[in-house]
Amino acid sequence: MSTAAETPVTTRTTVVPPAPPQEQIAARSAPPSPQRPSPRQGASDTLITPNTQRATEIHTELSTEKSIVTIENFKLSYGKAEALHGINMTIPIGKVTALIGPSGCGKSTLLRSINRLNDLIDNIRLEGRILFNGQPIHDRNVDVIELRKRMGMVFQKSNPFPMSIFENVIYALRIGGEKRRSVLYEVCERSLRGAALWEEVKDRLHQSALGMSGGQQQRLCIARAIAAEPEVLLMDEPCSALDPVATAKIEDLIYQLRGKYTVVIVTHNMQQAARCSDYTAFMYLGRLIEYGPTNSIFLNPHLKETEAYVTGRFG
Amino acid sequence: MTPDAILPSSPPDRPHEHAIFIALSRAKSNVMYTVSVLFTLVILLLLVLVTGYLVHIGFKSLHWSFFTEKPIPQGVEGAPGGMKPALEGTCILIGMASVVGIPIGMLCGIYLSEYSANSILATPTRFVADVLTGVPSIVVGVLGYQLVVVPMRHHYSGYAGALALAFIMIPIVARTTEEMLLLVPRSYREASIALGATKARTIMVIVLPAATGSIITGVMLAIARVAGETAPLIFTALGSTLLDPSQPFPSLTVDIYHYAQGGDRAEQQLAFAGILILILLIFVLNVIVRGFIATISRQRTH
Repeated sequence: MSTAAETPVTTRTTVVPPAPPQEQIAARSAPPSPQRPSPRQGASDTLITPNTQRATEIHTELSTEKSIVTIENFKLSYGKAEALHGINMTIPIGKVTALIGPSGCGKSTLLRSINRLNDLIDNIRLEGRILFNGQPIHDRNVDVIELRKRMGMVFQKSNPFPMSIFENVIYALRIGGEKRRSVLYEVCERSLRGAALWEEVKDRLHQSALGMSGGQQQRLCIARAIAAEPEVLLMDEPCSALDPVATAKIEDLIYQLRGKYTVVIVTHNMQQAARCSDYTAFMYLGRLIEYGPTNSIFLNPHLKETEAYVTGRFG
Repeated sequence: MTPDAILPSSPPDRPHEHAIFIALSRAKSNVMYTVSVLFTLVILLLLVLVTGYLVHIGFKSLHWSFFTEKPIPQGVEGAPGGMKPALEGTCILIGMASVVGIPIGMLCGIYLSEYSANSILATPTRFVADVLTGVPSIVVGVLGYQLVVVPMRHHYSGYAGALALAFIMIPIVARTTEEMLLLVPRSYREASIALGATKARTIMVIVLPAATGSIITGVMLAIARVAGETAPLIFTALGSTLLDPSQPFPSLTVDIYHYAQGGDRAEQQLAFAGILILILLIFVLNVIVRGFIATISRQRTH
């Protein structure tokens, strides 16, 4: 027998704490659903719906940039579901370009299309073109292995291989058949210095990479990605699993990498995009909505949808 | 049976019925617990009885000569001798079966896990492997007899025995390899591919090493399984005291089968000693496997 039945019951009359301003909560936590515009948006505002067809708002500053990757009317479907509905975008050479937008808007899919990592997924259909240095990357005669060697990639979750730190960094060189120890050590040091990790690990290069902290592991992945001197560095939410200190280190690093590499970074964190990118592209529901210099996207966006997102009113 | 209420709850609509309901469900829970414990004890008792009995009579007949001598026929001086050829024979048979079965099984597992994504071959292969794993070993023995021994003019041999054992190992190794490779995080493969590695290199350098420990575990389990097989060997290796694999070949299990049936008391004791050794062998293999699993999970958490 439980005593619960005899205990005086108070729950039903418990004082409810004063309700927080409903409007704010709704605005902050509303799912990125176009059917439910946030209260401040006003009923007369039209937000983008899945069927909206409109041209991307591209700021004029981009036309003066030399591009390294050009995406032309690129569509991608997983089975029957189209995830990207015709993206047109140029990635300027030597700059940091951030892709922002709510979850599921196609940022990562677009990023993974640039080095054809989506090839690994079955049942995928592509339309349109992606040009890398003017060459369509989906052409039959393109060596996809060679393409990927020229594009480094850093993933959302740090994924060092279960080997030593040294072997992790020089993996790309091992693939290339490099055997000279002097070259391997030189590249290892240069890459680790490039990833701001050298001082922390120089005495334990031959210990397992899995013994490092999360932030160190992610910087190791960056070192591994830049070891082969790629032209483009693709980063898929590189800081989402890291604490603020480690995030700051990675952001500093991205800032230092500009100029030397072209960086494309997918991020959920708008402050991050604002802090470390030159250009920002806002994506929503598989479309590129607005694309321009980071300052104007955040301070002076041309579209109200972009403004609503970057000010945190939806998404 | 009156635990303190941790959270205040609303009063039940009908307090009396509610109390009965609560008491009943507590009672059911206790009955369930008691019955489970009881049957666990029954199983444990059986196990202790069987192993105790085996160890008891096995040890009595276990002498040093068991490991060093050949079996000696009834009535001859020194009978019953030992089981040296059978012990060595079993080890050689397992070795030969592993040489054939492990590479084939592993390659099949690699195919299923890494290459078969869009292939129509994958599902049938998986199905056949699962069925083969469950096939009674006597079937494998008769098959081996019909497909290997009969075509060689009814010539029993160690090779035929090893082939039969390999046939049992292949599906086990293939399926465990596949399952262990599927446990390797996808991010490893993606990172390697994104760095420009070929698929083969990714598999050989990243995926397989990451799964080595667990694959070894699977292989050991397959070895432990065939170490105890008797039926396939009766039909293929037959039995002998000579260690020539092109001739009829000795093995621990088949010798145990023959000695345990015979009427001679000394030979029966030899069989019991053999059983003890066989069980110890399989026990040791299992302990090693468990050791491996423990070290792997320790590595994973680090």
